[in-house]
Amino acid sequence: MNLGVDLTFLEFLASLPALVEWNDFTVGLVAFAVKFAILVGGLLQLPPLLVWIERRVPALMQRRRGPNRVGFFKWRLYGLMQSLADTIKLIFKEEVVPDGAHKVFYHLAPVFCVFPAFLVACAIPYGPDLLVFGHKIPLSVVRLDVGFLFILAISSLAVYGVSLAGWASNNKYSLMGSLRASAQMISYEIPLGMSLIPIVLIYGTLDLGKIVEAQTSLIHWGVFAAPFSFMIFLICMFAETNRAPFDLAEAEGELVAGFHTEYNSAKFAAFFLGEYVSMFVLSCLAATVFFGGWQVPFVPYETIVALAGSPNIAALAGIMMLLLKASFFMWVYIWVRWTLPRFRYDQLMSLGWKFMLPIGLANVVGTAVVLAVLRFK
Amino acid sequence: MNPYIPVIIVLIFGVLLGSILSGLAAFLGPKKYLKEKMDPYECGVPKVTSGSEKMSVKFYLTAILFILFDIETVFLYLWARTFDQLGWLGVVEVAMFVLVLVVGYIYVLKRGALEWD
Repeated sequence: MNLGVDLTFLEFLASLPALVEWNDFTVGLVAFAVKFAILVGGLLQLPPLLVWIERRVPALMQRRRGPNRVGFFKWRLYGLMQSLADTIKLIFKEEVVPDGAHKVFYHLAPVFCVFPAFLVACAIPYGPDLLVFGHKIPLSVVRLDVGFLFILAISSLAVYGVSLAGWASNNKYSLMGSLRASAQMISYEIPLGMSLIPIVLIYGTLDLGKIVEAQTSLIHWGVFAAPFSFMIFLICMFAETNRAPFDLAEAEGELVAGFHTEYNSAKFAAFFLGEYVSMFVLSCLAATVFFGGWQVPFVPYETIVALAGSPNIAALAGIMMLLLKASFFMWVYIWVRWTLPRFRYDQLMSLGWKFMLPIGLANVVGTAVVLAVLRFK
Repeated sequence: MNPYIPVIIVLIFGVLLGSILSGLAAFLGPKKYLKEKMDPYECGVPKVTSGSEKMSVKFYLTAILFILFDIETVFLYLWARTFDQLGWLGVVEVAMFVLVLVVGYIYVLKRGALEWD
């Protein structure tokens, strides 16, 4: 088609950037859109992959085969496409809403499980600043001064999804499961919050990006600066995501499937999406706060920039490093699930309230006193 | 740019994404209404009691205690951020604050509020 203008489509695309005046605001806006799109796209690929790993790994541990059939035509790829097939099946299934369900909250609950996880994933610094045409671009979708508080506040919203799901289903197993899950999540949120206070004390900031920048070498890593915090955080990580050995909410033997018993098709998939994304987010947070985030061990950031000749390559290395560290924690999630038996409910609650809470408090006060002796004369 | 504008955009997109993902099957899947199918799942047995049974008071108690201790955690965050500026004064103040809290915690413990049976 000739529009009377001598312009091919590619030339038209190339002429687009010249139409915009490039200042910090427009660059920030475009960078935000690109980063957000990449992050959401990546996070949506994550659950199928993790589900596949979580079926192959226990199969390996228990000397079974696990899913190994679904693949491309003659390549089976160790059953990698199984999760894709499952997702397609779940999306095209009939959605059965029980007659007695409270319709509004029933439909709202999966949404509440999904969006906090995505929102929290946006606040994590995935790498050092990029340098594009002289503009500095931070590698987290939203960079906040109070990233720490933001993450803690938003991630606790997931409790609403769990408790609404159980209550709205009008099924007593769902209700029991959701009561257990929400009591457990709020109980372990206190030690989780407390375990991160020593980190704020040590690094003196609530900005996650600055916390990572402070962990320049191995001895400055959070895990060595505050080892008790790391232990408490690690235990709370499992409890917050309702994963084994704290998966009381979906104890199959007694509660069918817990709070999502009455959910099927795409809504069931949405709960899983939320669970796996929050697993990833907590793994990233553990890596960021305790294991130096995007910092490469033994090689300082400046050395990488000097060696690579550009901060962008260093940023790439940083992203790789963070993903490597985070995948270690995701592996721990799966490893623990297939190693430890489930707790009893009273054991779970007394562990949270009688051990983790006092230890967390003592950790805060102890760290403060030690730091005060070291810093103030 | 105000850093909270992206937060609001992300929030809107997140809610949209969640609604679309969880609503997909309502448009794509088949729909057949059967009275029995819409019953609550009870392992194949007809429903005996309603879904909104009375629940143990322990859950309420946990929620109340959670609010108390969580607010305390938020207070500690404010102090932790300004730790260097406050110096020893802040440490002593927080030690007293935690002491009051521990007295309350011991009271809760002795009254058996944290016992599950």
